[in-house]
Amino acid sequence: MTAVAGFKDLFTRNLRQSGIFIAFVAIVGLFTILTDGVLLSPGNVTNIVLQYSYILILAIGMLIVIVGGHIDLSVGSVVALTGAVSAVLVIKNGQPWWVGVLVALAVGLAVGAWQGFWVAYVGIPAFIVTLAGMLLFRGMTLQVLNNVSLSPFPASYQKIAGGFLNGFLGGQGIDVFTLVVAAVAVIGYVVSQFRTRAGRIKYQQVVETMPIFITKLVLVALVVMAFAYQLARSRGLPIVLIILGVLIMVYTIVTTKTVFGRHVYAIGGNLSAAQLSGVKVRKVNFWIFVNMGFLAAVAGAVYSSRSNGAQPGAGEMFELDAIAACFIGGASTTGGVGRVTGAVVGGLIMGVMSNGMSLLGYDQSVQQMIKGLVLLLAVAFDIYNKRRAGAAR
Amino acid sequence: MADPILEMQSITKTFPGVKALQDVSLSVERGEIHAICGENGAGKSTLMKVLSGVYPHGDYEGTILLDGNEVQFGSINDSEAQGVVIIHQELALVPYLSVAENIFLGNERVKRGVIDWNQANADAAALLARVGLKELPVTPVGQLGVGKQQLVEIAKALSKEVRLLILDEPTAALNDNDSEHLLGLLRQLQQQGITCIMISHKLNEIAEIADNTTIIRDGRTIETLDMKADGVTQERIIRGMVGRDLGHRFPPHEPTIGDEVLRIEDWTVHHPTDPDRVIVDSASLDIRAGEIVGLAGLMGAGRTELAMSLFGRTYGSNITGRVFLHGKEIKTRTVAEAIEHGIAYATEDRKRYGLNLIEDIRNNITAANLKKVSRLGWVNANEETKVAEGYRTSMNIKAPTVAALAGKLSGGNQQKVVLSKWLFTDPEVLILDEPTRGIDVGAKYEIYTLINKLAEQGKAVLVISSELPELLGICNRIYTLSAGRVTGVLPREQATQENLMQLMTKERDQVR
Repeated sequence: MTAVAGFKDLFTRNLRQSGIFIAFVAIVGLFTILTDGVLLSPGNVTNIVLQYSYILILAIGMLIVIVGGHIDLSVGSVVALTGAVSAVLVIKNGQPWWVGVLVALAVGLAVGAWQGFWVAYVGIPAFIVTLAGMLLFRGMTLQVLNNVSLSPFPASYQKIAGGFLNGFLGGQGIDVFTLVVAAVAVIGYVVSQFRTRAGRIKYQQVVETMPIFITKLVLVALVVMAFAYQLARSRGLPIVLIILGVLIMVYTIVTTKTVFGRHVYAIGGNLSAAQLSGVKVRKVNFWIFVNMGFLAAVAGAVYSSRSNGAQPGAGEMFELDAIAACFIGGASTTGGVGRVTGAVVGGLIMGVMSNGMSLLGYDQSVQQMIKGLVLLLAVAFDIYNKRRAGAAR
Repeated sequence: MADPILEMQSITKTFPGVKALQDVSLSVERGEIHAICGENGAGKSTLMKVLSGVYPHGDYEGTILLDGNEVQFGSINDSEAQGVVIIHQELALVPYLSVAENIFLGNERVKRGVIDWNQANADAAALLARVGLKELPVTPVGQLGVGKQQLVEIAKALSKEVRLLILDEPTAALNDNDSEHLLGLLRQLQQQGITCIMISHKLNEIAEIADNTTIIRDGRTIETLDMKADGVTQERIIRGMVGRDLGHRFPPHEPTIGDEVLRIEDWTVHHPTDPDRVIVDSASLDIRAGEIVGLAGLMGAGRTELAMSLFGRTYGSNITGRVFLHGKEIKTRTVAEAIEHGIAYATEDRKRYGLNLIEDIRNNITAANLKKVSRLGWVNANEETKVAEGYRTSMNIKAPTVAALAGKLSGGNQQKVVLSKWLFTDPEVLILDEPTRGIDVGAKYEIYTLINKLAEQGKAVLVISSELPELLGICNRIYTLSAGRVTGVLPREQATQENLMQLMTKERDQVR
């Protein structure tokens, strides 16, 4: 016999989780109406992806850091440093683009190992270590760049963030290739969902009823295809989107399905209990920061490519956007709770709002204030929910 | 002659979906010590929260009469202004502030807008003398033991001109000496005219000190027993609490004892930050298969420290000594290594050290041995759920599914999750530190039954407990520890509370 969960049950069980998606849909809807549909126009959709990709990449790493009970204030500086190193190699020394990217990634890993060492093995709070890192790596950026901006990158490098995959399969004003890739992704998703469901049924666990399950799949497929359609009408499939998609997938799996991911949640949820359960806390903490360094380097490469150069002041405040994305996306301020998809949607909420308000001609100052309030309200909502849940006990 | 200081009439308090209290009435005589008993979740703490204004007037139904006049407390401040002070189970002291600062927190001794420290410290010293605590008012509270902190809490209550003092499980974390002192203090306060309501699980204390005992079960008042009357025994109280006659507080158990499983020799542990202090002093003990061995000792004797240092050196520094498993020497330098060798340690403080309260039951159960449900670093969530469901059924964990959060379970069920977690590591040796602390009588019986079952499966069990009757009730052999030294080992047949206590209080020089 297989138990079956109804729609209402599913919804209430995931209220916090669905809350963030509902908020996202509402915000997209609101700005679509306010901007007379410009927000969802082909060119603008592409734009949002390009503009916020590096924040989303950072948010993924930051989510793991925050779930582990830490914080990383240095990622903005690391973005600048890795971008600068890459720029010096590629622009000044004429190295090919991939040398720049690989060295940037190596620098990111080294930075992560450095911070991980202090946090995990010396036991200094991450707030302090990364605050020091923020200054340290910003200073290094200035040194590497000799205090001047470097630009422009050769076209091959610019493609990382500005490039598109299109035209392979032709099409009249609509890039068929993009649609095919999206279709393949949707099919992959559907297949994996069916396999998960089959696995759960085999273990006699609760699954959604077939109509709900199908409705869910159809909805996801529609949204993805609509999104791909808009991209296809514009310039095709951005390379950044592929990078981002792969990262989201990989890290969703890492956080939900691997022993490492489970240990991160255990440490953030109750450090002492994790320790006394045999979790190698130091090792896990170390790798959390190495991973953050790596993702900051990826973001650094993407950002330098997009801004077509390296500036001493690059990446300032990125850490705060990444942290805000995590908290808007439902991560707990005390660690132990949070999801990669939540952080990404949290980042997208901020991205769509910034973009929408820019389209409406709001001043930067107003945008900042509204972003601040959204962060505050999101966390307030979270705390309100928890209290209600607590009182219901 | 009835002169009630407090009457709570038909109190009903509803949480969304749950009736926590239903038509509960409580009448407390002026100047008495009134005990409130009931299983965990019976509604004792809720009732006290209603009384102290944590749940404000209007949040519940019913009336509260203080000295015959109806009162409507909107907050704790209102109740304290009337001399009703509650001391919660989890002490509410700031560890970094001094004793005096804690006593007058929120009630500072102020002169012209600034705190008058001389006045505060002098007043604090007077209050400390009243509760019999020999500490300076300027000592940071964090440096005091739990027993002394409890006294600071009482001093704090006294500073508020308390008339009705409510204590929620005041002795739960105290050793016998400290408990004894606390009970003595309550009697003294009683003579000074302070009425006391005490929630407690320790029936022997209630029998000793209370004038009346009200029993609450499932959110209803069951009865109020006059403790001075004849025939009110601990068994009588238990019967009221659980609504059934337990007959015995401990399940019967016929041990089948096999070969030696674990032996430690000359185990010496030093204080983690003060390496000159010896905490465990060349202790040696052994446990055999199927045997339940007790470890008795007063607070500070080094029981938990012994266990934790053995379990992956999670306590102490400069640890020396040898550990043997089935006669072969092993190393337990890390927790992972200890688990690898089949040693499991269920901590004394479940909430702080045992469980991830914001995770579900399932993830808690597999936390110490994720390897077993994963391959190449990949967790098989379905297998995990199956395993957890298995434990939920076999351990009788009361929760709808294993997806329920550990933090929402009652103490007894949390302990079952902890036990499941350690059973999942396939241990040969189980060290259980205070396995029934803060657990109600019915659930205790269940835990004892589980422990017996483990022994029957041939596991070696070491039980650390502050409750001597418990050790006498379930153990085959009992070691006593005093000031870090093993002062004796008695088989169950020879052990009594008296001779154990004697061994536990043996002075250091007598040991040598």
